[in-house]
Amino acid sequence: MPYHWRWDVFLEPAPAGGTTYLGWMLAGLRMTVGLSLASWLLAFGLGSVMGVLRTVPNRLLSALAAAYVEVFRNVPLLVQLFLWYFVAPELVPIRAGTWFKQLAPNTQLFLSAMLCLAFFTGARICEQVRAGIQSLARGQRSAGLALGLSLAQTYRFVLVPQAFRIIVPPLTSEILNLFKNSAVASTIGLLELAAMGRQLVDYTAQPYESFIAVTALYLGVNVLILLLMRGVERRSRLKGTLGAGGVASQ
Amino acid sequence: MSGYDLDFSSVPGALPFLWTGMKVTLRITVTAILAGIAWGTVLALFRLSGNRVLSAFSAGYVDTFRSIPLIMVLLWFFLLVPAALEKLLNIPRHADTRLTSAMVAFALFQAAYYAEIIRAGIQSVSRGQLFAALALGMTGWKAMRLVVLPQAFRAMTPLLLTQSVILFQDTSLVYVSALTDFFGAAYKVGDRDGRLVEMLLFAGAVYFAGSFAASRLVRHLQRRLAR
Repeated sequence: MPYHWRWDVFLEPAPAGGTTYLGWMLAGLRMTVGLSLASWLLAFGLGSVMGVLRTVPNRLLSALAAAYVEVFRNVPLLVQLFLWYFVAPELVPIRAGTWFKQLAPNTQLFLSAMLCLAFFTGARICEQVRAGIQSLARGQRSAGLALGLSLAQTYRFVLVPQAFRIIVPPLTSEILNLFKNSAVASTIGLLELAAMGRQLVDYTAQPYESFIAVTALYLGVNVLILLLMRGVERRSRLKGTLGAGGVASQ
Repeated sequence: MSGYDLDFSSVPGALPFLWTGMKVTLRITVTAILAGIAWGTVLALFRLSGNRVLSAFSAGYVDTFRSIPLIMVLLWFFLLVPAALEKLLNIPRHADTRLTSAMVAFALFQAAYYAEIIRAGIQSVSRGQLFAALALGMTGWKAMRLVVLPQAFRAMTPLLLTQSVILFQDTSLVYVSALTDFFGAAYKVGDRDGRLVEMLLFAGAVYFAGSFAASRLVRHLQRRLAR
């Protein structure tokens, strides 16, 4: 039986939400973007702190950060998500668990997915930040300390600002990875873009149109992030490094 | 204190079932590694071939697969492979082709990631090696196969292995097709016995042990190669 293409299916009213199937799709896209943004902010903060801890001259703190990275890099993302959603609420203190279970179901899903993506991505950002700090000349740290800055001040004013500017390109790919990884939230039932695609297949029986639309939306946002980050990369280049184009343009 | 009493007593009895699941996981992983590296090598050679059409095809293939979430890729293949098998080999659509679909999807998806590693590996071989091989009278293909590729693969083995550890973890996503891999088996047992918490923790621990050991091995290898 030949496949019957029906692209106008998106304009038909959806069975819930008082909107069309296109409306469902866009709601899914909003959820994906919202989840990615919230997770990114958390991941960036967590990864930066852990990345700094990995380089401080304190055995305990750097071992702690190293353990964090190993755990979150060596367990599959899907398993981590299920651990956050099904296991963590049982193992935290009773009051926190009860609080979580009394939240609206969608809020529970969103929080679990957000924490999962944040801790997973944070471990990768941690490694980037560490590499960035370690790539700086040793003299930077010594000079900061010799000027009478405390260790914290040396990090705050000398090391971290430079490291961040060096690692913008790898951070770009982490943003893209996080955005793609957010699709894993569909497995616990959060209605983000991929989940909406599957739901559309169930309701409309037009799998190809649904999947093509979802895939196109992922590709579109992907390109958008790339263009945006290319601008950031251009503005944040560290003067005097090869990345600044100084060598080539002279 | 949490009010939950951990009870791992249903783990030992479930081990044979979990092992059948692990065999599915390993089958997908190994197939995808072998087919992915082979196809990834072809894609890398296309990219570097100097032929515009081949190189554009390779770039388009790699960029597309790398911009789509793996879950979407899997959903696509669980839709497309049964339809293709029916058309080409006359296999009825209701036959269980999920394992085949998963293997094809992971192989083609991983090839995009392997291709980038292999391309960088080939480019890291010094030019003189190629020129020397050509000067000795080898054809371009022979020089590539006997001189450039062996050196490139030696240099990029750690990266290929690291990527394969990620693949091993990612195979858990066949969950979207309800295929019973190791994770699927753990989830089913936990759900059946009302011990989901323990089974998920156990599954996490097994993945961790496997991936951690493999990454350590890779690091060891990397150090030996660097010497």
